[in-house]
Amino acid sequence: MSTVVDLEGVSPVAEGRAVGPPPPADVLLDVRGLKTYFHVMDGTVAAVDGVDFQLKRGETLGLVGESGCGKSVTSLTIMRLIDIPPGEIVAGEIWFDGREILSLPMAETRKIRGADMSMIFQEPMTSLNPVFTVGNQIAEAVKAHRQVSNRGAWNRAVEMLAAVGIPSPEQRAKQYPHELSGGMRQRVMIAMALSCDPKLVIADEPTTALDVTIQAQILELIKAMQQRTGAALLLITHDLAVVAETVQRMAVMYAGKIVETGTAEDVLLDPKHPYTQGLITSIPSNVPRGQRLNVIRGTVPNPFRMPVGCRFEPRCPLAFEPCRDSDPPLRTLDPGRRAACWLQYPLSERPAGRDAAASSQPVTTERVAKR
Amino acid sequence: MSDPQASALPAEAHAEPGQTEVLVSAKGLVKYFPIMGGLLRRKIGDVKAVDGVSFNIHRGEVFGLVGESGCGKTTLGRTVLYLQRPTAGSVEVSGRDLSSLKPRELRRIRSRIQLIFQDPYGSLNPRMPVSDIIGEGLLAQGMKSHAARMKKVEDSLEAVGLRRDYTRRYPHEFSGGQRQRIGIARALALDPEFIVCDEAVSALDVSIQSQILNLLLDLRREFNLTYLFIAHNLSVIEYVSDRIAVMYLGKLVEVAMADQLFKQPRHPYSVALLSAIPNPDPRVRRKRLVLRGDVPSPANPPSGCRFHTRCWLREKLGNPEQCSAIDPPLRDIGEGQMTACHFAEQVGVQAASEVAATQSVIETAAALPD
Repeated sequence: MSTVVDLEGVSPVAEGRAVGPPPPADVLLDVRGLKTYFHVMDGTVAAVDGVDFQLKRGETLGLVGESGCGKSVTSLTIMRLIDIPPGEIVAGEIWFDGREILSLPMAETRKIRGADMSMIFQEPMTSLNPVFTVGNQIAEAVKAHRQVSNRGAWNRAVEMLAAVGIPSPEQRAKQYPHELSGGMRQRVMIAMALSCDPKLVIADEPTTALDVTIQAQILELIKAMQQRTGAALLLITHDLAVVAETVQRMAVMYAGKIVETGTAEDVLLDPKHPYTQGLITSIPSNVPRGQRLNVIRGTVPNPFRMPVGCRFEPRCPLAFEPCRDSDPPLRTLDPGRRAACWLQYPLSERPAGRDAAASSQPVTTERVAKR
Repeated sequence: MSDPQASALPAEAHAEPGQTEVLVSAKGLVKYFPIMGGLLRRKIGDVKAVDGVSFNIHRGEVFGLVGESGCGKTTLGRTVLYLQRPTAGSVEVSGRDLSSLKPRELRRIRSRIQLIFQDPYGSLNPRMPVSDIIGEGLLAQGMKSHAARMKKVEDSLEAVGLRRDYTRRYPHEFSGGQRQRIGIARALALDPEFIVCDEAVSALDVSIQSQILNLLLDLRREFNLTYLFIAHNLSVIEYVSDRIAVMYLGKLVEVAMADQLFKQPRHPYSVALLSAIPNPDPRVRRKRLVLRGDVPSPANPPSGCRFHTRCWLREKLGNPEQCSAIDPPLRDIGEGQMTACHFAEQVGVQAASEVAATQSVIETAAALPD
């Protein structure tokens, strides 16, 4: 963590850069043109490459994508938990609660993190400290952000454990993480995240490591707590079904970019981007037995060799001429409904090769895998 | 040690398709792992991973096995393959009891029964080229000729949709989905009849998962394979399986045709499990039945019905004595659906939604009091 602080001064992002106007007051989180790159031995990985989205106060947003699409890096950048180096926030603004947080000094960020915005991680065993009792860990978070006595912080910890449905919380608070089951640990994580009344909770795959009956418990708990506290929720997951059940709006990410946004209902029932369409039709529960599952050909592009045009073009069944050379920006279809696909643009706004575009057969490239 | 009720179960009693040949049959299968402890490292107990499981798998069938982590499904899969000797009970493949076989005969029969692992990263030796990974089994089965082995390796690569000239490459050169194809090619190389797929698609992204599921179902048709398909993901299980067994704490609690199970589960645990599946259709907003507490320890399973500490039906019925006293055997409750519940007749959508409606979603961390 100290390296982050030391380098903060030289980071190109922090140096008194010009930022745009603040978003309206009802917008809690406004991410604009965010680019987070990682400089590694083999080159530079553009993990997040121009991401924009907004989250209103009290709203729930799902950020969906497959492994490596940049959804976790996006959330870590918002929390400013990216190690710099090898990471670098190349461009973008993050407005949180009326302030642009990428230009804040690290000490200021630390005041926000854990208090106004907090995070629930995927693996509760590795994100809880094994040598402190769970009550201690929650109390520590409270003391870091609130003017309270040790006693007061401990009481708050017990109160939070009770709030997330942990039976006999006074005793449980004195236990160590290894004495708790996986579901119980995830409840502790949620209690900790909510202990300072955050305005934003980021949940990064909160139920992926859990069994299905425990996942149901935790999802219901997250929903109930979100409604009770009124905090905004940014849910990061690969599971479209979890998104469908938990959030109001969603954004689909592919290879470092958002390819589609809208209400969960619009996106899941009427997907506009071929990637989203492919994802939805690959879910086994959407297909009757005996019928073949839809398949998205090939694999995610190599992060060192991203396609120049649309990043989904090599795998896209609907790709046509312009897709190979120019990357389509997100187009607003309706308020809050956007998709990044040339097919969503009227013919006149598509780049060269547009005449034959609509009628041309789908391009098949050798870049796709065998099946 | 084995449960007499389970082992005495007549094989014909299971929900079974038609009159096809039984390929794999497990009878009263038990697998305990000793817990050592104390000063002298003496045995102080057993983890009852599999505790009296009987089933038949028919030729050409996909038999799904679903359950949560720690329920014993992986142990069951490995015991069926005789990778672990069962503590009690027997496994028959084509009518031959594996425990009666001499080591050499067992090895020969092994080529016909294969395993596909979950983790495509951990299950391939990073120092071996693909030719060795796939060819190793052939060599062990006595295929001495290098040329013949290579031919077979290339054929299996082709069968799983990889290029024949990939034989010289190493695992790190492949993506997760391709590695899983190599794992499948390794199983296929020995011309198996029966393959245990242990969470074969669980580590993969959705778009890759669908590729592998399609492949497994294609191969099944092409080579007339029979699968024991182990997974915790119910949507995957529903999609691939003809028949499904639901496992809880070392025992099968329900065995039914896939449609039957998903339309009308008759064990309270199956009901809760199905209710827990998140639905990708945002229009469906139902009140979910949430199970309370965690799975108990298999080293010290609850008395009577193992599910009684979490059972919503028992609570609804006012905690009848039977549940904590008598372990219910699997019984046919109509149309071949086998369920291990004393009150299976009262399990239904109606009862479940009544319970769900009154449930507090927050206070679900603890199991029910005894």
